[in-house]
Amino acid sequence: MNKIHKVKTFIIEKTIKLDCGKTISNFPLAYETYGTLNKKKDNAILAFHALSGDQFVTDINPITNKSGWWSYLVGPNKAVDTNKFFVICANVIGGCMGSYGPSTVDSKTKKNIGTDFPVITINDMVNVQYNLLDFFKIDQLYSVMGGSMGGMQVLQFVANFPNKTKTALPIACTASHSAQNIALNELGRQAIMADANWKKGDYLNNENSPDKGLSVARMAAHITYLSKKGLQEKFGRKLQKREDLNFSFDADFQIESYLRHQGSAFVDRFDANSYLYITRAMDYFDLVKEYNGNLSDAFKSSKVKFFIISFTSDWLYPTSENKEIVIALNAAGADVGFIEIESDKGHDSFLLEVPEFLKSVKNFLEANY
Amino acid sequence: MKKEFQIISELIESNKRVLDVGCGDGTLMKYLFENKNIDTRGLEISKHNVQKCISKGLSVIEGNAEKDLEQFPDSSFDYVILSQTLQAFYNPEKVIDNLLRVSSKAIVTIPNFGYWKVRLHLFFKGTMPVTTHLPNEWYNTPNIHMCTIKDFVNFSKQKKFNLFKSLALHGKKVSEINNNNLNVKNFFSELGIFLIEK
Repeated sequence: MNKIHKVKTFIIEKTIKLDCGKTISNFPLAYETYGTLNKKKDNAILAFHALSGDQFVTDINPITNKSGWWSYLVGPNKAVDTNKFFVICANVIGGCMGSYGPSTVDSKTKKNIGTDFPVITINDMVNVQYNLLDFFKIDQLYSVMGGSMGGMQVLQFVANFPNKTKTALPIACTASHSAQNIALNELGRQAIMADANWKKGDYLNNENSPDKGLSVARMAAHITYLSKKGLQEKFGRKLQKREDLNFSFDADFQIESYLRHQGSAFVDRFDANSYLYITRAMDYFDLVKEYNGNLSDAFKSSKVKFFIISFTSDWLYPTSENKEIVIALNAAGADVGFIEIESDKGHDSFLLEVPEFLKSVKNFLEANY
Repeated sequence: MKKEFQIISELIESNKRVLDVGCGDGTLMKYLFENKNIDTRGLEISKHNVQKCISKGLSVIEGNAEKDLEQFPDSSFDYVILSQTLQAFYNPEKVIDNLLRVSSKAIVTIPNFGYWKVRLHLFFKGTMPVTTHLPNEWYNTPNIHMCTIKDFVNFSKQKKFNLFKSLALHGKKVSEINNNNLNVKNFFSELGIFLIEK
Protein backbone atom coordinates (compact mmCIF):
# COMPACT_ATOMS: atom_id res chain seq x y z
CA MET A 1 0.00 0.00 0.00
CA ASN A 2 2.71 2.47 -0.96
CA LYS A 3 0.13 4.59 -2.76
CA ILE A 4 -1.89 5.06 0.37
CA HIS A 5 -1.09 8.80 0.36
CA LYS A 6 -3.56 9.09 -2.52
CA VAL A 7 -6.28 8.25 -0.06
CA LYS A 8 -8.26 11.04 1.61
CA THR A 9 -9.02 10.40 5.24
CA PHE A 10 -10.50 12.26 8.14
CA ILE A 11 -10.10 11.40 11.76
CA ILE A 12 -13.22 10.63 13.76
CA GLU A 13 -12.33 11.86 17.22
CA LYS A 14 -15.52 11.11 19.07
CA THR A 15 -16.10 7.81 20.79
CA ILE A 16 -18.31 5.32 19.00
CA LYS A 17 -19.71 2.36 20.83
CA LEU A 18 -19.65 -0.77 18.70
CA ASP A 19 -22.26 -3.53 18.81
CA CYS A 20 -19.68 -5.89 20.33
CA GLY A 21 -19.49 -3.57 23.36
CA LYS A 22 -16.05 -2.10 22.67
CA THR A 23 -15.53 1.57 21.87
CA ILE A 24 -13.38 3.21 19.22
CA SER A 25 -12.24 6.83 18.88
CA ASN A 26 -9.60 8.88 17.04
CA PHE A 27 -9.58 6.60 14.05
CA PRO A 28 -9.34 7.30 10.31
CA LEU A 29 -12.18 7.03 7.80
CA ALA A 30 -11.04 7.03 4.17
CA TYR A 31 -13.40 8.59 1.63
CA GLU A 32 -13.65 9.90 -1.89
CA THR A 33 -16.05 12.34 -3.54
CA TYR A 34 -17.23 12.97 -7.09
CA GLY A 35 -19.00 16.04 -8.42
CA THR A 36 -19.61 19.22 -6.44
CA LEU A 37 -21.73 19.87 -3.40
CA ASN A 38 -24.11 22.69 -4.34
CA LYS A 39 -24.81 25.77 -2.20
CA LYS A 40 -28.07 24.40 -0.85
CA LYS A 41 -26.25 21.17 0.00
CA ASP A 42 -29.20 19.18 -1.26
CA ASN A 43 -27.48 17.16 -3.99
CA ALA A 44 -25.37 14.78 -1.93
CA ILE A 45 -25.59 11.03 -2.42
CA LEU A 46 -23.90 8.67 -0.01
CA ALA A 47 -22.90 5.46 -1.80
CA PHE A 48 -22.07 2.39 0.25
CA HIS A 49 -19.68 -0.18 -1.14
CA ALA A 50 -20.03 -3.96 -1.11
CA LEU A 51 -17.75 -6.62 0.39
CA SER A 52 -14.81 -6.21 -1.96
CA GLY A 53 -15.40 -2.56 -2.86
CA ASP A 54 -13.81 0.62 -1.60
CA GLN A 55 -14.34 4.38 -1.69
CA PHE A 56 -13.22 4.65 -5.31
CA VAL A 57 -16.66 4.46 -6.89
CA THR A 58 -15.77 5.63 -10.39
CA ASP A 59 -12.89 7.01 -12.50
CA ILE A 60 -9.57 5.21 -12.15
CA ASN A 61 -8.88 3.81 -8.70
CA PRO A 62 -5.48 5.37 -7.85
CA ILE A 63 -4.42 2.33 -5.84
CA THR A 64 -5.32 -0.43 -8.29
CA ASN A 65 -5.18 1.66 -11.50
CA LYS A 66 -8.42 -0.02 -12.55
CA SER A 67 -11.86 1.50 -13.10
CA GLY A 68 -13.90 2.15 -9.98
CA TRP A 69 -16.45 -0.52 -9.05
CA TRP A 70 -19.48 1.56 -10.06
CA SER A 71 -17.98 3.16 -13.17
CA TYR A 72 -20.93 2.12 -15.32
CA LEU A 73 -23.37 3.85 -13.01
CA VAL A 74 -21.61 6.90 -11.57
CA GLY A 75 -19.93 9.73 -13.48
CA PRO A 76 -20.61 12.78 -15.63
CA ASN A 77 -23.84 12.24 -17.65
CA LYS A 78 -24.17 8.70 -16.33
CA ALA A 79 -27.13 7.29 -14.38
CA VAL A 80 -25.84 8.92 -11.21
CA ASP A 81 -24.79 12.12 -12.94
CA THR A 82 -21.87 13.74 -11.14
CA ASN A 83 -22.51 16.96 -13.08
CA LYS A 84 -25.63 17.17 -10.97
CA PHE A 85 -25.00 15.12 -7.84
CA PHE A 86 -22.24 15.12 -5.26
CA VAL A 87 -21.35 11.49 -4.60
CA ILE A 88 -19.58 10.54 -1.38
CA CYS A 89 -18.26 7.07 -0.62
CA ALA A 90 -16.21 5.90 2.34
CA ASN A 91 -14.21 2.76 2.88
CA VAL A 92 -16.07 0.79 5.57
CA ILE A 93 -14.36 0.30 8.91
CA GLY A 94 -12.77 -3.11 8.88
CA GLY A 95 -11.76 -2.42 5.27
CA CYS A 96 -8.26 -2.10 3.85
CA MET A 97 -8.30 1.06 1.75
CA GLY A 98 -7.31 3.53 4.45
CA SER A 99 -10.16 3.27 6.96
CA TYR A 100 -9.67 1.89 10.43
CA GLY A 101 -9.31 -1.86 10.06
CA PRO A 102 -7.16 -4.90 10.86
CA SER A 103 -4.35 -3.66 8.62
CA THR A 104 -4.15 -0.31 10.44
CA VAL A 105 -0.81 0.08 12.24
CA ASP A 106 -1.25 0.55 15.98
CA SER A 107 0.51 3.76 17.00
CA LYS A 108 1.79 2.26 20.24
CA THR A 109 2.97 -1.18 19.17
CA LYS A 110 3.87 -0.12 15.60
CA LYS A 111 2.30 -3.38 14.48
CA ASN A 112 -0.78 -4.15 12.42
CA ILE A 113 -3.82 -4.57 14.61
CA GLY A 114 -4.76 -7.86 12.94
CA THR A 115 -7.34 -9.89 14.79
CA ASP A 116 -7.16 -7.59 17.79
CA PHE A 117 -9.48 -5.41 15.71
CA PRO A 118 -12.99 -5.67 17.17
CA VAL A 119 -15.66 -7.64 15.35
CA ILE A 120 -17.82 -5.04 13.64
CA THR A 121 -21.35 -5.00 12.23
CA ILE A 122 -23.20 -3.29 9.39
CA ASN A 123 -24.70 -1.04 12.07
CA ASP A 124 -21.20 -0.03 13.21
CA MET A 125 -20.14 0.70 9.63
CA VAL A 126 -23.17 2.92 9.12
CA ASN A 127 -22.83 4.76 12.44
CA VAL A 128 -19.25 5.57 11.55
CA GLN A 129 -20.09 6.77 8.04
CA TYR A 130 -22.86 8.95 9.43
CA ASN A 131 -20.05 11.28 10.55
CA LEU A 132 -19.53 12.17 6.89
CA LEU A 133 -22.66 14.33 7.11
CA ASP A 134 -21.09 16.45 9.84
CA PHE A 135 -17.79 16.48 8.01
CA PHE A 136 -19.40 17.94 4.87
CA LYS A 137 -21.96 19.93 6.91
CA ILE A 138 -24.85 18.26 5.12
CA ASP A 139 -28.15 18.29 6.95
CA GLN A 140 -29.98 15.86 4.69
CA LEU A 141 -28.67 13.68 1.89
CA TYR A 142 -30.56 13.47 -1.37
CA SER A 143 -30.02 9.74 -1.49
CA VAL A 144 -28.29 6.77 0.04
CA MET A 145 -27.56 3.93 -2.34
CA GLY A 146 -25.68 0.68 -2.57
CA GLY A 147 -25.81 -2.89 -3.83
CA SER A 148 -25.30 -6.14 -1.93
CA MET A 149 -23.62 -5.25 1.39
CA GLY A 150 -23.99 -1.64 0.24
CA GLY A 151 -27.75 -2.19 0.14
CA MET A 152 -27.71 -3.57 3.67
CA GLN A 153 -26.01 -0.37 4.77
CA VAL A 154 -28.72 1.64 3.00
CA LEU A 155 -31.42 -0.18 4.99
CA GLN A 156 -29.51 0.24 8.23
CA PHE A 157 -28.90 3.92 7.51
CA VAL A 158 -32.59 4.66 7.01
CA ALA A 159 -33.49 2.63 10.09
CA ASN A 160 -30.95 4.55 12.20
CA PHE A 161 -31.37 8.01 10.68
CA PRO A 162 -34.83 8.20 9.11
CA ASN A 163 -34.71 11.95 8.52
CA LYS A 164 -31.25 12.18 7.08
CA THR A 165 -31.99 11.22 3.51
CA LYS A 166 -34.74 12.05 1.06
CA THR A 167 -34.49 8.86 -1.00
CA ALA A 168 -32.95 5.42 -0.65
CA LEU A 169 -31.90 2.81 -3.20
CA PRO A 170 -31.16 -0.61 -1.74
CA ILE A 171 -30.10 -2.84 -4.63
CA ALA A 172 -29.76 -6.64 -4.80
CA CYS A 173 -29.67 -7.06 -1.05
CA THR A 174 -31.46 -8.53 1.93
CA ALA A 175 -32.68 -7.45 5.35
CA SER A 176 -31.36 -10.59 6.97
CA HIS A 177 -28.40 -12.71 5.88
CA SER A 178 -29.67 -16.19 5.02
CA ALA A 179 -28.15 -19.53 6.03
CA GLN A 180 -26.91 -19.92 2.45
CA ASN A 181 -25.24 -16.49 2.58
CA ILE A 182 -23.58 -17.33 5.90
CA ALA A 183 -22.47 -20.74 4.61
CA LEU A 184 -20.82 -19.22 1.56
CA ASN A 185 -19.04 -16.61 3.66
CA GLU A 186 -17.88 -19.28 6.09
CA LEU A 187 -16.36 -21.20 3.18
CA GLY A 188 -14.27 -18.14 2.33
CA ARG A 189 -13.20 -17.55 5.90
CA GLN A 190 -12.17 -21.18 6.36
CA ALA A 191 -10.08 -21.01 3.19
CA ILE A 192 -8.21 -18.00 4.61
CA MET A 193 -7.78 -19.43 8.09
CA ALA A 194 -6.63 -22.80 6.68
CA ASP A 195 -3.74 -21.06 4.91
CA ALA A 196 -0.60 -21.64 7.01
CA ASN A 197 0.44 -18.05 6.29
CA TRP A 198 -2.60 -16.62 8.04
CA LYS A 199 -0.98 -17.19 11.45
CA LYS A 200 -4.09 -16.25 13.41
CA GLY A 201 -4.17 -12.95 11.58
CA ASP A 202 -0.66 -11.85 12.46
CA TYR A 203 0.71 -12.22 8.92
CA LEU A 204 1.14 -8.54 8.03
CA ASN A 205 3.87 -8.31 10.61
CA ASN A 206 5.54 -11.32 8.95
CA GLU A 207 6.75 -11.83 5.43
CA ASN A 208 4.07 -13.96 3.84
CA SER A 209 0.35 -13.27 3.56
CA PRO A 210 -2.35 -15.95 3.24
CA ASP A 211 -2.66 -15.27 -0.49
CA LYS A 212 -3.68 -18.80 -1.40
CA GLY A 213 -6.49 -18.83 1.15
CA LEU A 214 -7.78 -15.39 0.18
CA SER A 215 -7.58 -16.34 -3.47
CA VAL A 216 -9.68 -19.47 -2.94
CA ALA A 217 -12.16 -17.42 -0.91
CA ARG A 218 -12.48 -14.98 -3.78
CA MET A 219 -12.85 -17.75 -6.36
CA ALA A 220 -15.67 -19.37 -4.43
CA ALA A 221 -17.37 -16.03 -3.85
CA HIS A 222 -16.99 -15.01 -7.47
CA ILE A 223 -19.02 -18.04 -8.59
CA THR A 224 -21.86 -16.86 -6.36
CA TYR A 225 -21.84 -13.47 -8.10
CA LEU A 226 -22.55 -15.04 -11.51
CA SER A 227 -25.39 -17.15 -12.86
CA LYS A 228 -25.30 -20.63 -14.31
CA LYS A 229 -26.61 -19.35 -17.62
CA GLY A 230 -24.14 -16.47 -17.69
CA LEU A 231 -21.22 -18.80 -16.98
CA GLN A 232 -22.38 -21.29 -19.59
CA GLU A 233 -22.76 -18.62 -22.24
CA LYS A 234 -19.44 -16.95 -21.51
CA PHE A 235 -17.27 -20.01 -20.92
CA GLY A 236 -19.19 -23.20 -21.64
CA ARG A 237 -16.62 -25.98 -21.84
CA LYS A 238 -14.18 -23.88 -23.80
CA LEU A 239 -10.55 -24.85 -23.30
CA GLN A 240 -7.83 -22.45 -22.24
CA LYS A 241 -5.24 -21.99 -25.00
CA ARG A 242 -5.10 -25.68 -25.87
CA GLU A 243 -6.52 -28.05 -28.45
CA ASP A 244 -7.49 -30.85 -26.11
CA LEU A 245 -7.65 -31.84 -22.46
CA ASN A 246 -4.25 -31.95 -20.83
CA PHE A 247 -4.91 -34.84 -18.45
CA SER A 248 -3.47 -32.81 -15.59
CA PHE A 249 -4.71 -30.38 -12.96
CA ASP A 250 -3.66 -27.32 -14.89
CA ALA A 251 -6.38 -24.88 -15.87
CA ASP A 252 -7.68 -26.82 -18.86
CA PHE A 253 -10.95 -24.91 -18.99
CA GLN A 254 -11.35 -21.19 -19.55
CA ILE A 255 -13.56 -20.93 -16.49
CA GLU A 256 -10.75 -22.33 -14.33
CA SER A 257 -8.26 -19.89 -15.73
CA TYR A 258 -10.75 -17.04 -15.26
CA LEU A 259 -11.38 -17.91 -11.62
CA ARG A 260 -7.66 -18.28 -10.91
CA HIS A 261 -7.13 -14.86 -12.38
CA GLN A 262 -9.95 -13.41 -10.28
CA GLY A 263 -8.37 -14.96 -7.19
CA SER A 264 -4.82 -13.77 -7.82
CA ALA A 265 -5.89 -10.26 -8.87
CA PHE A 266 -7.89 -9.94 -5.66
CA VAL A 267 -5.01 -10.68 -3.28
CA ASP A 268 -3.07 -7.76 -4.74
CA ARG A 269 -5.69 -5.32 -3.54
CA PHE A 270 -7.39 -6.89 -0.56
CA ASP A 271 -6.42 -7.85 2.94
CA ALA A 272 -7.35 -11.33 4.16
CA ASN A 273 -8.23 -10.15 7.67
CA SER A 274 -10.52 -7.47 6.22
CA TYR A 275 -12.24 -10.26 4.30
CA LEU A 276 -12.86 -12.09 7.57
CA TYR A 277 -14.19 -9.01 9.35
CA ILE A 278 -16.42 -7.75 6.56
CA THR A 279 -17.99 -11.14 5.78
CA ARG A 280 -18.64 -11.52 9.52
CA ALA A 281 -20.40 -8.16 9.58
CA MET A 282 -22.61 -9.30 6.69
CA ASP A 283 -23.44 -12.57 8.45
CA TYR A 284 -24.41 -10.72 11.61
CA PHE A 285 -26.75 -8.46 9.63
CA ASP A 286 -30.33 -9.14 10.66
CA LEU A 287 -32.48 -6.06 10.63
CA VAL A 288 -35.53 -8.27 11.22
CA LYS A 289 -34.14 -9.49 14.53
CA GLU A 290 -32.99 -5.99 15.45
CA TYR A 291 -36.63 -4.92 15.27
CA ASN A 292 -37.91 -7.95 17.19
CA GLY A 293 -39.12 -9.88 14.20
CA ASN A 294 -41.01 -7.03 12.57
CA LEU A 295 -38.96 -5.44 9.80
CA SER A 296 -41.69 -2.84 9.25
CA ASP A 297 -40.81 -1.24 12.55
CA ALA A 298 -37.39 -0.39 11.14
CA PHE A 299 -39.07 2.00 8.72
CA LYS A 300 -42.06 3.11 10.77
CA SER A 301 -41.05 6.73 11.20
CA SER A 302 -39.49 7.10 7.79
CA LYS A 303 -40.61 9.59 5.14
CA VAL A 304 -37.89 8.35 2.81
CA LYS A 305 -38.82 7.47 -0.75
CA PHE A 306 -37.48 3.99 -1.47
CA PHE A 307 -36.72 2.31 -4.75
CA ILE A 308 -35.71 -1.32 -4.53
CA ILE A 309 -34.10 -3.15 -7.42
CA SER A 310 -33.41 -6.87 -7.81
CA PHE A 311 -32.15 -9.01 -10.71
CA THR A 312 -33.78 -12.11 -12.18
CA SER A 313 -30.61 -14.25 -12.19
CA ASP A 314 -29.31 -13.18 -8.76
CA TRP A 315 -29.40 -16.30 -6.59
CA LEU A 316 -27.25 -14.83 -3.83
CA TYR A 317 -29.73 -12.08 -2.90
CA PRO A 318 -32.74 -13.24 -4.91
CA THR A 319 -35.80 -11.21 -5.81
CA SER A 320 -37.77 -12.98 -3.07
CA GLU A 321 -35.49 -11.51 -0.38
CA ASN A 322 -35.63 -8.05 -1.93
CA LYS A 323 -39.41 -8.33 -1.98
CA GLU A 324 -39.40 -9.04 1.75
CA ILE A 325 -38.10 -5.51 2.15
CA VAL A 326 -40.79 -4.14 -0.18
CA ILE A 327 -43.45 -5.97 1.82
CA ALA A 328 -42.11 -4.60 5.11
CA LEU A 329 -42.05 -1.09 3.71
CA ASN A 330 -45.60 -1.42 2.43
CA ALA A 331 -46.72 -2.75 5.78
CA ALA A 332 -45.23 0.36 7.37
CA GLY A 333 -47.06 2.53 4.85
CA ALA A 334 -43.73 3.75 3.51
CA ASP A 335 -43.20 5.21 0.07
CA VAL A 336 -41.69 2.42 -2.03
CA GLY A 337 -41.16 1.44 -5.65
CA PHE A 338 -39.76 -1.85 -6.83
CA ILE A 339 -38.54 -3.39 -10.07
CA GLU A 340 -36.92 -6.70 -10.94
CA ILE A 341 -34.45 -6.26 -13.79
CA GLU A 342 -34.01 -9.01 -16.38
CA SER A 343 -30.36 -10.00 -16.53
CA ASP A 344 -28.28 -13.16 -16.99
CA LYS A 345 -25.36 -11.61 -15.18
CA GLY A 346 -26.28 -12.84 -11.70
CA HIS A 347 -25.69 -10.87 -8.53
CA ASP A 348 -22.90 -8.93 -10.26
CA SER A 349 -25.54 -7.28 -12.48
CA PHE A 350 -25.56 -4.24 -10.22
CA LEU A 351 -21.90 -3.58 -11.08
CA LEU A 352 -22.18 -4.25 -14.80
CA GLU A 353 -23.52 -2.60 -17.89
CA VAL A 354 -27.15 -3.62 -17.64
CA PRO A 355 -29.02 -0.87 -19.53
CA GLU A 356 -32.43 -1.38 -17.90
CA PHE A 357 -30.81 -1.18 -14.48
CA LEU A 358 -28.85 1.97 -15.30
CA LYS A 359 -32.04 3.48 -16.74
CA SER A 360 -34.05 2.68 -13.59
CA VAL A 361 -31.54 4.36 -11.32
CA LYS A 362 -31.32 7.40 -13.56
CA ASN A 363 -35.09 7.71 -13.87
CA PHE A 364 -35.59 7.45 -10.14
CA LEU A 365 -32.87 9.91 -9.16
CA GLU A 366 -33.81 12.50 -11.76
CA ALA A 367 -37.57 12.28 -11.27
CA ASN A 368 -37.39 12.87 -7.53
CA TYR A 369 -34.68 15.53 -7.39
CA MET B 1 -56.61 11.70 -20.54
CA LYS B 2 -59.25 9.06 -21.10
CA LYS B 3 -62.81 9.88 -20.08
CA GLU B 4 -62.73 6.83 -17.81
CA PHE B 5 -59.84 8.28 -15.78
CA GLN B 6 -61.59 11.62 -15.56
CA ILE B 7 -64.66 9.93 -14.07
CA ILE B 8 -62.53 7.94 -11.63
CA SER B 9 -60.72 11.04 -10.45
CA GLU B 10 -64.04 12.80 -9.88
CA LEU B 11 -65.08 9.98 -7.56
CA ILE B 12 -62.10 10.60 -5.27
CA GLU B 13 -61.77 13.52 -2.85
CA SER B 14 -58.54 15.49 -2.62
CA ASN B 15 -55.68 14.63 -0.23
CA LYS B 16 -56.56 10.94 0.00
CA ARG B 17 -54.33 7.87 -0.10
CA VAL B 18 -54.89 5.77 -3.22
CA LEU B 19 -53.57 2.46 -4.55
CA ASP B 20 -53.85 2.01 -8.32
CA VAL B 21 -53.82 -1.70 -9.10
CA GLY B 22 -52.62 -2.28 -12.64
CA CYS B 23 -51.59 1.36 -12.90
CA GLY B 24 -50.13 1.02 -16.41
CA ASP B 25 -47.85 3.90 -17.33
CA GLY B 26 -49.05 5.94 -14.34
CA THR B 27 -51.20 8.46 -16.26
CA LEU B 28 -54.03 8.36 -13.73
CA MET B 29 -51.68 8.32 -10.72
CA LYS B 30 -49.84 11.37 -11.98
CA TYR B 31 -53.11 13.18 -12.66
CA LEU B 32 -54.43 12.40 -9.17
CA PHE B 33 -51.20 13.59 -7.59
CA GLU B 34 -50.93 16.77 -9.59
CA ASN B 35 -54.57 17.83 -9.53
CA LYS B 36 -55.90 16.50 -6.26
CA ASN B 37 -52.77 16.19 -4.13
CA ILE B 38 -53.46 12.51 -3.73
CA ASP B 39 -50.77 10.27 -2.26
CA THR B 40 -50.66 7.44 -4.79
CA ARG B 41 -49.05 4.01 -4.95
CA GLY B 42 -49.15 1.68 -7.91
CA LEU B 43 -48.93 -2.02 -8.59
CA GLU B 44 -48.08 -2.98 -12.15
CA ILE B 45 -47.19 -6.25 -13.84
CA SER B 46 -45.27 -4.88 -16.84
CA LYS B 47 -41.61 -3.94 -16.27
CA HIS B 48 -41.83 -1.53 -19.18
CA ASN B 49 -44.69 0.34 -17.52
CA VAL B 50 -42.99 0.28 -14.12
CA GLN B 51 -39.99 2.02 -15.72
CA LYS B 52 -42.33 4.66 -17.17
CA CYS B 53 -43.89 5.24 -13.77
CA ILE B 54 -40.51 5.52 -12.04
CA SER B 55 -39.42 8.12 -14.58
CA LYS B 56 -42.52 10.14 -13.60
CA GLY B 57 -41.44 9.99 -9.98
CA LEU B 58 -44.31 7.65 -9.06
CA SER B 59 -43.96 4.94 -6.44
CA VAL B 60 -44.85 1.77 -8.25
CA ILE B 61 -44.16 -1.81 -7.36
CA GLU B 62 -43.68 -4.43 -10.03
CA GLY B 63 -46.01 -7.25 -9.18
CA ASN B 64 -49.10 -9.28 -9.84
CA ALA B 65 -52.29 -8.18 -8.07
CA GLU B 66 -53.31 -11.80 -7.46
CA LYS B 67 -50.20 -12.42 -5.35
CA ASP B 68 -48.90 -9.03 -4.35
CA LEU B 69 -52.03 -7.36 -2.99
CA GLU B 70 -51.55 -9.61 0.04
CA GLN B 71 -48.62 -7.53 1.22
CA PHE B 72 -50.66 -4.40 1.80
CA PRO B 73 -52.04 -4.13 5.32
CA ASP B 74 -55.76 -3.94 6.07
CA SER B 75 -57.35 -0.52 5.44
CA SER B 76 -54.04 1.02 4.41
CA PHE B 77 -55.64 3.12 1.66
CA ASP B 78 -58.67 5.40 1.32
CA TYR B 79 -59.37 4.16 -2.20
CA VAL B 80 -58.11 1.40 -4.41
CA ILE B 81 -58.55 1.55 -8.18
CA LEU B 82 -58.83 -1.39 -10.54
CA SER B 83 -59.25 -0.19 -14.08
CA GLN B 84 -60.26 -2.75 -16.71
CA THR B 85 -58.20 -5.50 -15.16
CA LEU B 86 -60.68 -7.60 -13.18
CA GLN B 87 -61.44 -9.79 -16.20
CA ALA B 88 -57.77 -10.77 -16.53
CA PHE B 89 -57.45 -12.46 -13.15
CA TYR B 90 -57.60 -16.19 -12.48
CA ASN B 91 -59.61 -15.46 -9.37
CA PRO B 92 -61.46 -12.13 -9.64
CA GLU B 93 -63.49 -12.91 -6.54
CA LYS B 94 -60.36 -13.15 -4.40
CA VAL B 95 -58.98 -9.95 -5.90
CA ILE B 96 -62.18 -8.06 -5.02
CA ASP B 97 -61.97 -9.42 -1.47
CA ASN B 98 -58.41 -8.17 -1.25
CA LEU B 99 -59.26 -4.76 -2.70
CA LEU B 100 -61.92 -4.29 -0.05
CA ARG B 101 -59.49 -5.48 2.59
CA VAL B 102 -56.74 -2.93 1.84
CA SER B 103 -59.29 -0.16 1.42
CA SER B 104 -62.90 0.26 2.41
CA LYS B 105 -63.65 1.83 -0.98
CA ALA B 106 -62.74 0.45 -4.37
CA ILE B 107 -63.31 1.81 -7.85
CA VAL B 108 -63.64 -1.03 -10.33
CA THR B 109 -64.15 -0.57 -14.04
CA ILE B 110 -65.05 -3.37 -16.43
CA PRO B 111 -65.29 -3.62 -20.20
CA ASN B 112 -68.92 -4.62 -20.67
CA PHE B 113 -69.36 -7.95 -22.43
CA GLY B 114 -73.08 -7.20 -22.63
CA TYR B 115 -72.51 -4.26 -25.00
CA TRP B 116 -74.66 -4.63 -28.11
CA LYS B 117 -71.72 -4.71 -30.53
CA VAL B 118 -70.21 -7.59 -28.56
CA ARG B 119 -73.52 -9.42 -28.56
CA LEU B 120 -74.10 -8.87 -32.26
CA HIS B 121 -70.58 -9.95 -33.10
CA LEU B 122 -71.12 -13.27 -31.39
CA PHE B 123 -74.68 -13.57 -32.65
CA PHE B 124 -74.05 -12.89 -36.33
CA LYS B 125 -70.42 -13.78 -36.86
CA GLY B 126 -70.40 -16.68 -34.44
CA THR B 127 -66.84 -15.86 -33.38
CA MET B 128 -65.42 -14.36 -30.18
CA PRO B 129 -65.95 -10.58 -30.19
CA VAL B 130 -63.08 -8.22 -30.97
CA THR B 131 -63.82 -4.56 -30.18
CA THR B 132 -62.02 -1.35 -29.17
CA HIS B 133 -62.12 -2.33 -25.50
CA LEU B 134 -61.49 -6.00 -26.26
CA PRO B 135 -58.86 -5.89 -28.98
CA ASN B 136 -57.45 -9.41 -28.62
CA GLU B 137 -58.30 -12.70 -30.30
CA TRP B 138 -59.63 -15.51 -28.11
CA TYR B 139 -56.28 -17.34 -28.24
CA ASN B 140 -54.12 -14.46 -27.05
CA THR B 141 -56.46 -12.46 -24.87
CA PRO B 142 -55.45 -11.81 -21.26
CA ASN B 143 -59.18 -11.50 -20.52
CA ILE B 144 -60.19 -14.86 -19.17
CA HIS B 145 -63.13 -13.83 -16.97
CA MET B 146 -65.26 -11.48 -19.05
CA CYS B 147 -68.45 -10.23 -17.47
CA THR B 148 -71.28 -7.84 -18.20
CA ILE B 149 -72.46 -4.83 -16.23
CA LYS B 150 -75.42 -6.92 -15.12
CA ASP B 151 -73.10 -9.74 -14.01
CA PHE B 152 -71.14 -7.31 -11.87
CA VAL B 153 -74.30 -5.90 -10.31
CA ASN B 154 -75.48 -9.44 -9.50
CA PHE B 155 -72.02 -10.26 -8.20
CA SER B 156 -72.22 -7.33 -5.76
CA LYS B 157 -75.52 -8.65 -4.38
CA GLN B 158 -74.12 -12.14 -3.99
CA LYS B 159 -70.90 -10.94 -2.34
CA LYS B 160 -72.85 -8.41 -0.25
CA PHE B 161 -70.77 -5.37 -1.04
CA ASN B 162 -72.44 -2.02 -1.70
CA LEU B 163 -72.50 -0.40 -5.09
CA PHE B 164 -72.07 3.12 -3.84
CA LYS B 165 -72.03 4.47 -7.34
CA SER B 166 -72.66 2.71 -10.66
CA LEU B 167 -71.86 4.52 -13.87
CA ALA B 168 -72.07 3.53 -17.51
CA LEU B 169 -69.80 4.94 -20.14
CA HIS B 170 -70.50 5.00 -23.85
CA GLY B 171 -68.09 7.03 -25.94
CA LYS B 172 -67.80 10.16 -23.85
CA LYS B 173 -71.28 9.89 -22.42
CA VAL B 174 -71.62 9.03 -18.75
CA SER B 175 -74.85 7.95 -17.10
CA GLU B 176 -76.01 6.47 -13.83
CA ILE B 177 -77.02 2.84 -13.70
CA ASN B 178 -80.01 1.96 -11.53
CA ASN B 179 -82.35 -0.99 -11.11
CA ASN B 180 -84.78 0.39 -13.68
CA ASN B 181 -82.35 0.97 -16.51
CA LEU B 182 -79.94 -1.89 -15.84
CA ASN B 183 -80.91 -3.91 -18.93
CA VAL B 184 -80.67 -0.86 -21.16
CA LYS B 185 -77.32 0.26 -19.79
CA ASN B 186 -76.06 -3.30 -20.04
CA PHE B 187 -76.92 -3.23 -23.73
CA PHE B 188 -75.70 0.24 -24.70
CA SER B 189 -72.56 0.81 -22.59
CA GLU B 190 -68.98 -0.06 -23.37
CA LEU B 191 -67.72 0.34 -19.85
CA GLY B 192 -69.06 -0.01 -16.33
CA ILE B 193 -67.55 2.08 -13.55
CA PHE B 194 -68.38 1.08 -9.98
CA LEU B 195 -67.52 2.63 -6.66
CA ILE B 196 -67.91 -0.24 -4.26
CA GLU B 197 -67.82 -0.43 -0.47
CA LYS B 198 -67.65 -3.25 1.99
